[in-house]
Amino acid sequence: MRKIPIKISSPFFILGASILAVFLLSTSLACQQKQNSNVAKTQVNSSAALTELVPEVIDFNFHVKPILSDRCFKCHGPDANSREAGLRLDTKEGAFAALGEDKDHYAIVPGNIESSTLIKRIYTENPDDVMPTPESNLKLRAFEKDILKKWIAQGAEWKEHWSFLPIERPEIPAINQSSQDQRIINNPIDNFVLAKLQEQNLNSVGQATKEQLIRRVTFDLTGLPPTLEEIDLFIQDDSPKAYEHLVDRLLQTDAYAEHMTSKWLDLARYADSHGYQDDLERIMFPWRDWVIHAFQNNMPYDQFVTWQLAGDLLPNPSREQIIATAFNRNHKITQEGGVIPEEYRVEYVSDRTQTFGTAFLGLTFECAKCHDHKYDAIMQKDYFSLFSFFNSVPEEGLIEPYGAIPKPYIVLTQEEIDEKLKFIKNLDTLKEIPLMVMEEMPKKRQAYILDRGAYDKPTTPVSSDVPASILPFSEGLSRDRMGLANWLFDKDHPLTARVTVNRLWQQCFGRGIVATPDDFGNQGALPSHPELLDWLALELMDSNWDLQSTLKTIVLSATYQQSAKVTDELLELDPENSLLARAPRLRLTAEMIRDHALAVSGLLDRTIGGPSVKPYQPAGLWEETIGGGGGSLAKYIRDKGSKIYRRSIYTFWKRTVPPPSMMTFDASSRDICAVKRQTTSTPLQALVMLNDPQIIEASRVLAYRSIENETSSTDRIARMFRLATSRHIEAEELQKLEGLFEAEQKRFATAPEDVNALLSVGEYPQVDLLDKHEIAAYTIVANVIFNLDETITKG
Amino acid sequence: MKDKIINDRQMQMNRRAFLSKSSLGVGVAALSSLLGGCQLFSPSDNGILNADKSGAGILDALHFAPKAKRVIYLFQSGGPSQLELFDYKPLLNQRRGEDLPESIRKGQRLTGMTSGQSSFPLVGSLFNFSQHGSNGTWMSDLMPYTSKIVDELCIIKSMHTEAINHDPAITFFQTGSQQPGRPCIGSWLSYGMGSMNDNLPTFTVLLSRGTGRKFGQPLYSRLWGNGFLHSLHQGVQFRSGKDPVLYLKDPDGIDRASRRKMLDHIAELNSKQLEEFGDPEISSRIAQYEMAYRMQTSVPDVVDVSKEPDHIYQMYGPDSMQPGTFAANCLLARRLAEQDVRFIQLYHMGWDQHENLPSQIEGQARDVDQATAALIMDLKQRGMLDDTLVIWGGEFGRTNYSQGTLTDTNYGRDHHPRCFTIFMAGGGVKPGMVYGETDEFGYNIVKDPVHVHDFQATMLKLLGLDHERLTYKYQGRRFRLTDVHGHVVNDILA
Repeated sequence: MRKIPIKISSPFFILGASILAVFLLSTSLACQQKQNSNVAKTQVNSSAALTELVPEVIDFNFHVKPILSDRCFKCHGPDANSREAGLRLDTKEGAFAALGEDKDHYAIVPGNIESSTLIKRIYTENPDDVMPTPESNLKLRAFEKDILKKWIAQGAEWKEHWSFLPIERPEIPAINQSSQDQRIINNPIDNFVLAKLQEQNLNSVGQATKEQLIRRVTFDLTGLPPTLEEIDLFIQDDSPKAYEHLVDRLLQTDAYAEHMTSKWLDLARYADSHGYQDDLERIMFPWRDWVIHAFQNNMPYDQFVTWQLAGDLLPNPSREQIIATAFNRNHKITQEGGVIPEEYRVEYVSDRTQTFGTAFLGLTFECAKCHDHKYDAIMQKDYFSLFSFFNSVPEEGLIEPYGAIPKPYIVLTQEEIDEKLKFIKNLDTLKEIPLMVMEEMPKKRQAYILDRGAYDKPTTPVSSDVPASILPFSEGLSRDRMGLANWLFDKDHPLTARVTVNRLWQQCFGRGIVATPDDFGNQGALPSHPELLDWLALELMDSNWDLQSTLKTIVLSATYQQSAKVTDELLELDPENSLLARAPRLRLTAEMIRDHALAVSGLLDRTIGGPSVKPYQPAGLWEETIGGGGGSLAKYIRDKGSKIYRRSIYTFWKRTVPPPSMMTFDASSRDICAVKRQTTSTPLQALVMLNDPQIIEASRVLAYRSIENETSSTDRIARMFRLATSRHIEAEELQKLEGLFEAEQKRFATAPEDVNALLSVGEYPQVDLLDKHEIAAYTIVANVIFNLDETITKG
Repeated sequence: MKDKIINDRQMQMNRRAFLSKSSLGVGVAALSSLLGGCQLFSPSDNGILNADKSGAGILDALHFAPKAKRVIYLFQSGGPSQLELFDYKPLLNQRRGEDLPESIRKGQRLTGMTSGQSSFPLVGSLFNFSQHGSNGTWMSDLMPYTSKIVDELCIIKSMHTEAINHDPAITFFQTGSQQPGRPCIGSWLSYGMGSMNDNLPTFTVLLSRGTGRKFGQPLYSRLWGNGFLHSLHQGVQFRSGKDPVLYLKDPDGIDRASRRKMLDHIAELNSKQLEEFGDPEISSRIAQYEMAYRMQTSVPDVVDVSKEPDHIYQMYGPDSMQPGTFAANCLLARRLAEQDVRFIQLYHMGWDQHENLPSQIEGQARDVDQATAALIMDLKQRGMLDDTLVIWGGEFGRTNYSQGTLTDTNYGRDHHPRCFTIFMAGGGVKPGMVYGETDEFGYNIVKDPVHVHDFQATMLKLLGLDHERLTYKYQGRRFRLTDVHGHVVNDILA
């Protein structure tokens, strides 16, 4: 078992005099990192969590509720069936109610610690009495007990859950700027961030260089690296508006629309196959092309979502509006002979319900499918009332006959595409394109509460509704998906705008203001900057749900433009960077890593949209798992020519065997709605970068490109380096890579077979720009550059 | 505090200087030793322990004294028929052709493949059974080699599951949930227990296709997926052929010396970035590249069976000479176990005998019988069976009535979730035991039922883990392999 205790709160805990201890230290650092995504999910950002000290003034939402929710709600929470001793701590009434048969004692008596049985029970050492019970495997830490005690001593003020409270216009904090400090305020984002830093006595690390900045913002807005010309232009542009102009330009690119789409495909669980058992092909790319089209035109977010949720219910819906509803047909569908169709139909409706909850409400609605939610005020009845909105689709649970297109669907013709739907890129010139879409049955299908969530155990009938605790469904709204969309975009809705801006923030900072973008409930993280979150949410709504304008505000802030350098002090005090005294250094996503290699080598094919493509993939992966079925997906037939150099959002997604190189870099499996990915570091990632033919080929083509553009080996290496990292190479680095080049050149000069083998990797034709052994040596150098941490990082 | 940080930092800088100044040999050796100390797992409860200075609640010690250190799971995909292999039911031969009484079926839901049948004619095994071992355990003639080692086995005849179709049933076995998305067993173990070696993935997967039914049920790579756990915990598929692990092999034209030189340059340039940015993620990446390099040597070594002596090949059977067969994978599994790979997951496809069961199952049984017995005895002769748990079984059983037309020589069987048989050996289970009983129709369990979650809980117990305490908090909830169920089957523990 583990020999070295690794503590997560501080990476710097092992101190020793021997050289061994030094090794251990860095080991703990490496381990520490691997825990980060995990920590991020659970870290409650607040001054209490940062220091583990009991704060002066206890805030219920920030300090008390996370403890109650995590350790107490399981038995004293919303789920009546598992509630113990009649005590519930998730409501004010419950928490202050009289307890016991004689109603003679209270869990919480404001201001009176002695009379509060909660305090007795958490401090006792008697295992029969102590809370949480030993059987629960839950514990309270000393400082958590002290927080609860102090909260009661201070009067036990109760507040409703923060994310359900109305969004209020926050006051923008004033920042005292002294002459010697370097604090920059570009817009109110900086006021909010600096105010927090000031509270903690922390300072920003300063601003990023222009090179770093253009790389960062180009990746964040387009998913691609900047070209050398773009970097040079930006650096030469001295105007105060240079950066803003850059941002404006990026927002207008097709690459921006593709990048935004890439995020949306995870959320919409988009795939090119049905999932489950034989995992047959489906054609959903026209919907994906529509999403790109919508982002190209900066469609207001409320309209964008409304069309996807309920486009078919608009008056005289256009074909485009109906195409948008394919969003809700992206879930998995089974063709496994022998399944009970109703079981799976219920599964599809559940999937839509869960997607709606995660994507738009940031709530774990699915937890209330089998029982009342254990932590949030979502009853099982609420779950099935929301389920009811998505229940009246004239669909089947089972694909029958084998290979049929699941109803309901529309058929798009080339004529139609030419006339009205030009955004659909029918590149394979299919005569007819069937597309699964939403449709409402003439007569609503009655929904029921399903006992334990089981399809064959309907109990109480329910009608379409939403939890009133979020926002009551107004009388004027229709009880269908259209009404639901309107409810979602009600200006008083407390969640929609918060959840949306949080994801935009995450896109730029790697981590949301709420670090759990899929959980704004009691068990989710608290906002690190609650006022900022609300300010941004109002900006979004005030701009008529203009995503580009909100993104622009974020990236124009000085906060965004900080350096990514980590100081010792910051690493110690704020390892998760929740206070934003620096910019994050983030590994690129699976798509970005591949697209980057294609882009800088010049291989990237910039065709937009169309049927998904099949780039390099190790042979046999589809073949070795099939069971004789699978139709067109039984065998992976790699595409030829420029199709294998398309951006990764167009890579064919077979759900049961997704592209391995992308999964290795933490792509979402597309089984269910996902709004956050891990960013891990593993040995398999190293193997992909070192040996994937896609990267080897890109290395060779990057070498060609540099040989064509420069004459000396120094300049060629420097150019490759700059293309990959967006910065000039330093002398020391250049010296090392030149050394490698010389050595490899020498080796290859006497190994013509190795030269030929290396240069034959990939489909791209060989070009005799130089002696082959020289090209091979440049290819090695290019491959090393592609493998640098910096290359696959935006910092 | 700050002084301490600076001091630590200083030491780290020294290390870096040491690394960058040393020529590749020393640097690499140092890095290698680093990895050994770095257990790649997260604590048992990522929610609470994160700042628990006392260490309580962190899985830095097992919950119980472990019986098994590693697991070889021989998954028989498709649902092997317990009635032809293990669960001897002469009554079914006596009442052949009679309809399954409703008093026995008791409303059990049927798959869509037989729910439309007008009758459910009972059918007994066409293959004979005889008694073996010191307990006189009934075994089918289809499993002659396994029959000879029944005294090593703990046979559970009372397994039951909730799913009636392959995809949900196999997903349920592997992840504790019928719907995809949760981590599988091997990922849980990797997460909870970490790795026992520095050179190989701790969770490996080997696939083979049955000869009884060449194309039966598909597999899904998500069955060895990490779900919401860190991707370090995903299963790594080992394949026959020139690239035993995806992307493992250096491209043609890059030799080992070149590769080493490339990695040294990558490490040096990365170290320079580390000095510049101070981001600990960079040191993590340097370490991962070293692990990748070591895998490039250790994986081909471990899959190279060419030096195995003849008597071993004879023991595992002729198939073991054919890479990619179940027998070859069993041999490879033993080699991986010797290298302390913690969880070795085999999948053998083709057990889905809806029709032509008698002819198909012969081939399926032949695929696995000799090699399974050989693996168990091979582990035993190496002294490894005591701390290696071997598991053999599928995702559900098969019906006692025929699917499709019943003739004198032919029949099929549909999926049956209510009872089926698996067996285990070594790793702390009682040898020579038959646990659980089904009724004489082979349809219902009459004694000692074992649910899939119970099986999972028991397996974890053998490894020293409490299934209720191996948790991961995700989306606000503490997830477990056993969901919210599962009881350890203490009766089968040695």
